[in-house]
Amino acid sequence: MGAIIEKEIETGKANLEVFSSTLQELAATDRDIIAVTSDSRGSGKLVPFGQKFPKQIVEIGIAEQNLVGVAAGLASAGKKVFAVSPACFLTARALEQIKNDVAYSDNPVKLIGISAGVSYGALGTTHHSLHDYAVLRAINNITIVAPADNFETEQAIAQAAALEQPFYIRFGKKQMPLLQPDSESTFEFGKGRVVREGDDLTFVATGETVYPALQAAAKLEKEQGISATVISMHTIKPLDTGLLEKVAAAGKPIITVEEHSVYGGLGEACASFLFQSGHRNAFKIMGIPDEYTVTGSQNDIFNHYGLSESGLAEAALTLLNP
Amino acid sequence: MTALELQQKSVLYRKNILKYIYGAKAGHTGGSLSCIDILNVLYNYTLNVSPENFTSPDRDRYIQSKGHTVEALFVVLADKGFFPESDLETLCQYKSHYIGHPTRKVNGVEQNTGALGHGLPLSVGTALAAKMDERDYRVFTLLGDGELPEGSNWEAALTASHYKLDNLCAIIDHNKLQITASTKEVCDTNPIDDKFESFGWAVRHVDGHDVAALKEAFDAMPFEPNKPSLIIAHTIKGKGVSYMENVLKWHHGVPSEAQYHEAIEELDAVMATL
Ligand SMILES: Cc1ncc(C[n+]2csc(CCOP(=O)(O)OP(=O)(O)O)c2C)c(N)n1
Ligand SMILES: [Mg+2]
Repeated sequence: MGAIIEKEIETGKANLEVFSSTLQELAATDRDIIAVTSDSRGSGKLVPFGQKFPKQIVEIGIAEQNLVGVAAGLASAGKKVFAVSPACFLTARALEQIKNDVAYSDNPVKLIGISAGVSYGALGTTHHSLHDYAVLRAINNITIVAPADNFETEQAIAQAAALEQPFYIRFGKKQMPLLQPDSESTFEFGKGRVVREGDDLTFVATGETVYPALQAAAKLEKEQGISATVISMHTIKPLDTGLLEKVAAAGKPIITVEEHSVYGGLGEACASFLFQSGHRNAFKIMGIPDEYTVTGSQNDIFNHYGLSESGLAEAALTLLNP
Repeated sequence: MTALELQQKSVLYRKNILKYIYGAKAGHTGGSLSCIDILNVLYNYTLNVSPENFTSPDRDRYIQSKGHTVEALFVVLADKGFFPESDLETLCQYKSHYIGHPTRKVNGVEQNTGALGHGLPLSVGTALAAKMDERDYRVFTLLGDGELPEGSNWEAALTASHYKLDNLCAIIDHNKLQITASTKEVCDTNPIDDKFESFGWAVRHVDGHDVAALKEAFDAMPFEPNKPSLIIAHTIKGKGVSYMENVLKWHHGVPSEAQYHEAIEELDAVMATL
């Protein structure tokens, strides 16, 4: 299992770059792989895809509801469709199309939410998606995934392409460090990935918040001698309840971390499972609170709400020493 | 304001748009430059709106549907005295209310926009309320041409003509470009005029950089009794800075130091001729 990463973590690419290169590899040998975009191929890093496979990209224009409806139609006719649009518009504007045309009708579209969470920073709330886990968790028949690093991204895209099921896969914009040597990693939907093991508490993080959780764990170890487990819970639904059960059994505090509202996301999903299965571990949800989101860059927003090395280390200490 | 004074304002506004985008290292440059003459004429000639009457229920309303070109709006609102221009030095910074889209935290902004396809429905509702309350205010909304494929626009276009909203004027900043390519290549919406006419609107084409023509068009609304008015403003994305004009990457390109100075020099030269 997880290598302990105190040293320099190898820097990777933006997950979206890896999404694009993986999709190009798939498209090269499968003409049914289709990308559908809404004036979003640049932000989805799909310009090279469009140049190499002009017949496998469908441009819809700025019309996200239409994008998802068309994608569902294409999927129903046997195409392996990746509908790529900013997470904010894809999961708010086109929510009914996702609910009815994708999930309910079981058209196996892969919805790719780009620049998710607060990746758009100072563009503000219209461009943030802090609701996507919450709304999609309440819709039956869609798997929700937030890859943390390049390895998880490549695996998620390749594996999802092979599965005839609806998926929502969410990406940020930042370059993401590799969390573990690939040789030590495995990826399976619905199975959390332990990227660090410790005895005193557990961070259950997802997407671009896994890295700050790992940094916080290193800081706690170095400065306080506290050792933390860090899990990349890349699949928000279905949740890896087996892994949670195992973690909770040790009785230590659990901190969930997500770039999402504290309502309805990974934290509440974990809390709901743990409480209903009788666990009473000390528990804290770190995310974006229910308020007018502070303005600034993604980093500013992360720091403001404690989704950072020091913020998460502090939350851990508070939970350990109530 | 005379046509000459408006032209001078336009140059000043263009310089300020560039100044604050250059300062923030972020912004929607091309589309701010394409719509600035429209905002100039609206705020300096057409709209009955000012910091003094902004809370009056009778003020005219301007709702910017293409919220991403907020720099154009902020620069004009600052000039009209809604807030000190120096506030714009905080554009896009931590805790600043001057973010990359219009928000009501900024004095003078009517609605929080940024997700495209919201301005027209909001404007229809606002215009409908004027009819209900027998108020005389008018509602103006500015749309991008790339924004038109959003279905909400067409739903609202139907509502507007159904309720005979002759107090509503939609303006399309028809710069023929969006992010990926030209609007023709991405999703061809032409002919825009026939489409809106068949939806019950009265339509005019205007040179969106000709302040006199814009004044005249706004003065003429409603273009037909009992119908909402649409102005298709033919514009140039990046207008006023030669190397930006009609060049796709300036949608949200930020000038380098050298490019910034080159642009300001060009605009200063234009000002000298006015
Ligand atoms: C609903 C929605 N989808 C996508 C975007 C992202 N986006 C911002 S600007 C833009 C292009 C707009 O083109 P156009 O309307 O022609 O604007 P202009 O050329 O005047 O800048 C896009 C796709 C958005 N802001 N809202
Ligand atoms: Mg345009």
